[in-house]
Amino acid sequence: MFYREAGQFKSTYAADQQLFPIRQDRIAMALLLALAFVGVPLASITPGIEGVIDFNYWYNGVIIPFLIFSLAALGLNILTGYAGQLSLGTGAFMAVGAFAAYNLMLRVPRMPILAAFVLAGVIAAAVGLVFGLPSLRIKGFYLAVATLAAQFFVVWALTKFGWFSNDSSSGVIAAQKIVIAGYAFDTPVKRYLLVLAIVAVMALAAKNLARSAIGRAWMAVRDMDVAAEVIGIPMMKAKLLAFAISSFYCGVAGALFAFAYLGNVEPQAFDLDLSFRILFMIIIGGVGSVLGSFLGAAFIVVLPILLDIAATGFERAAGIAVPAGLVSNLTLILFGALIVFFLAVEPLGLARLWQVAKEKLRLWPFPH
Amino acid sequence: MQFFLEVLIGGLLAGVMYSLVALGFVLIYKASGVFNFAQGSMVFFAALTVVGFAEMGVPFWAAVALALAAMAALAFFTERVVLRPLVNQPQIALFMATIGLSFLVEGTAQLVWGAQVHALDLGVADEPIEWILDKAGMSISKFDLMASGIAAALVAVLAVFFNKTRTGRALRAVADDHQAALAVGVSLQRIWVIVWMVAGFVALVTGLLWGARNGVQFSLTFLALKALPVLILGGFESIAGAIVGGLIVGASEKLAEVYVGPYVGGGIESWFPYVLALLFLLVRPEGLFGEKIIDRV
Amino acid sequence: MSATVLAVDGISLAFGGVKALQDVSFDVHQSEIRAIIGPNGAGKSSMLNVINGVYRPQAGTISYKGRTRRRFEPHEAARLGIARTFQNIALFRGMTVLDNIMTGRNLKMRSGVLAQALYWGRARREELEQRAQVERIIDFLEIQHIRRTPVGRLPYGLQKRVELGRALAAEPELLLLDEPMAGMNVEEKQDMCRFILDVNDQFGTTIVLIEHDMSVVMDLSHRVVVLDYGRKIADGTPDEVRSNKDVIDAYLGVAH
Repeated sequence: MFYREAGQFKSTYAADQQLFPIRQDRIAMALLLALAFVGVPLASITPGIEGVIDFNYWYNGVIIPFLIFSLAALGLNILTGYAGQLSLGTGAFMAVGAFAAYNLMLRVPRMPILAAFVLAGVIAAAVGLVFGLPSLRIKGFYLAVATLAAQFFVVWALTKFGWFSNDSSSGVIAAQKIVIAGYAFDTPVKRYLLVLAIVAVMALAAKNLARSAIGRAWMAVRDMDVAAEVIGIPMMKAKLLAFAISSFYCGVAGALFAFAYLGNVEPQAFDLDLSFRILFMIIIGGVGSVLGSFLGAAFIVVLPILLDIAATGFERAAGIAVPAGLVSNLTLILFGALIVFFLAVEPLGLARLWQVAKEKLRLWPFPH
Repeated sequence: MQFFLEVLIGGLLAGVMYSLVALGFVLIYKASGVFNFAQGSMVFFAALTVVGFAEMGVPFWAAVALALAAMAALAFFTERVVLRPLVNQPQIALFMATIGLSFLVEGTAQLVWGAQVHALDLGVADEPIEWILDKAGMSISKFDLMASGIAAALVAVLAVFFNKTRTGRALRAVADDHQAALAVGVSLQRIWVIVWMVAGFVALVTGLLWGARNGVQFSLTFLALKALPVLILGGFESIAGAIVGGLIVGASEKLAEVYVGPYVGGGIESWFPYVLALLFLLVRPEGLFGEKIIDRV
Repeated sequence: MSATVLAVDGISLAFGGVKALQDVSFDVHQSEIRAIIGPNGAGKSSMLNVINGVYRPQAGTISYKGRTRRRFEPHEAARLGIARTFQNIALFRGMTVLDNIMTGRNLKMRSGVLAQALYWGRARREELEQRAQVERIIDFLEIQHIRRTPVGRLPYGLQKRVELGRALAAEPELLLLDEPMAGMNVEEKQDMCRFILDVNDQFGTTIVLIEHDMSVVMDLSHRVVVLDYGRKIADGTPDEVRSNKDVIDAYLGVAH
């Protein structure tokens, strides 16, 4: 009833190819952006609401990591979801971004921090390009092994060679403060808005790439690379671009991870475990989908928190102490079970479930 | 020269351990075309079950029997819950499902038995064999030698099983061509359960040996990852390849650590096997013993 | 006598011990429809694969557009104006019909990745231009109603049509069709014949096609090559070939 497209005709190809062809979608998106950019920050300074909800906890512990992980998931989705190149090295590329940004700020005088983030992404892209070279000859999970080499090597190098961490013990770096044009982004709200802006812009770019020639080239390589080569799609360029752009996204995410989220970070924070987490995000959220990256990240960030709350509640209600490690083990079990479930039942993840829901909404209140 | 030999032999013997893990992979890949990322977790789970029961006072052989039963149950569970629903999906999807499975198994193992490190004593100490030490001046561990002996025996048993028994023949048929095997009346589901049980048994042996050497702890699950370079070198479908690949990875890893390590600060072991595998992939993707992959249009 | 656009000379292809093609030579004239026929396993698909570079023959050469080589790399062949369809349909299952055909325009698109990420300027203009071209092909093939359907959900006959669309999108000079009418009913075959004839008529595209349906071959093609067990056993107009004793023997399975 509300979600009908009746009456919305497109008379130009441009109109047909826009990102949100249905008017209701455009309105919803505008509302969402308004809420994110204006509504939430306003709420956090409104006297009535800010007393009830601990916004600092939500910014620092949930929303900012959610945004940063969404960006990393976007990066991995570009490589694995769109271009079909399985990668277990996401953490490594994030690490490159974080340490590159740190070193740029440390060693280049008067380096503007936004430029540092972009350059960090470029450096990560270069590393990604190198480790993506094997994809020209190998596919599938053989390629996954190549990305494992990247994952282990990068973390080892960042720990071993003190130059990267300015010779601190165990490779820990303390990210510098974010100051743009004299304006310091030092409160959670300000950091949130900065991260939100960066992620929104990059998500838009990802959507554009997906509907352009390069996006189609990637999907062609993913679906049937022999045919793609035969119709003239440049395989080498497409695959290497996928690695480069994906690593750029992961590099920026890594830089934000260090600068806007953790503050202090060591190479081990970017280990194989992180790579798996992000892989899970795109499996659960939906491979080959920008929306899926966000949904998956939200799921993986929020689930452990929910389990924690449930465990605490249970403790209080039943008076039984919950053994240490129970929640983390339950999280592992639940993640594992969900991965198998989604792969078996809905390989296209939450994004597809959302699409199905929208299609049902179109017909509502009619059954078909 | 002596030192080199010692490092080499030590590496080879360590490599035997890698071969054992790879063996479990090969079995499952041969029969169901699935790359079982959860093999490492299975090793951990098996070892933990034995140790858990043993610490409760159960005699060792009974603990082993119980662990075997647990692995059989896991095989049934896996076939029913993971393999069957995903039967027509591409290999990549099955691989990712086994990643999920590995998390499931790890979480359950730790939930049931706790997360501390457990010691495991198999009765043979990790000490140098005296008469070799006296005669040749080289330090070769008794334990490592025993482990190699057990591995060799295991391979021999598996070889007999595959080549001489009816079930073994059915397994080879399934590995070759699912449809054809179905056509001659082999039940795919039964075969998969059997294969995963055999792999579980191999995981148990591996777990006991590794656990005795390094203690039964969470890091056993990362063995799965070390097996990947082994399989790439040896080919995913060859038992001989798993053995040879394991030996090469073990030896080269140790030699690299000892001879190249000091120049770069050590710790090479964490990435050397993967880079080696990567180089191998570029030159000979199907491995030493694998079959060439042909893409047909 | 019209110009020769493609000539294969002495092509031999073997996979291990299996000899797929043995010393096959023939030519294709500009704007003609050349059929390759023969019993199953005769090597017809392998011949197409050799022409556009998927397989490298052990002996022989291919001459196309004045260049003579043992093998043209697939993307080189594409750039030189050769497009093809496949026996088992090689569409990109995750994409819609529209996107699949758009991939066929890939070689015509020049804008850089950065412009595409911003979707402005040249990238946007190109997208819309190519979309217009692709829509013309969609109209021609009468598949407007399924343009946003994921290809994996289409019935076999429509998928074959979409694959033809993707090949046409590249504006090829030489079109290789591998059993374009396999698995179609009578009406679908008539439509397909119409499309092939129209393409040949309106654009002068040279077409090499593999086909089993004899009536289609006789009606559509100007000249025919017959292969059997990897060797060429006849070459001529449909009438000449139809009455050739070797051809009849090959199809009836007479021992030779």
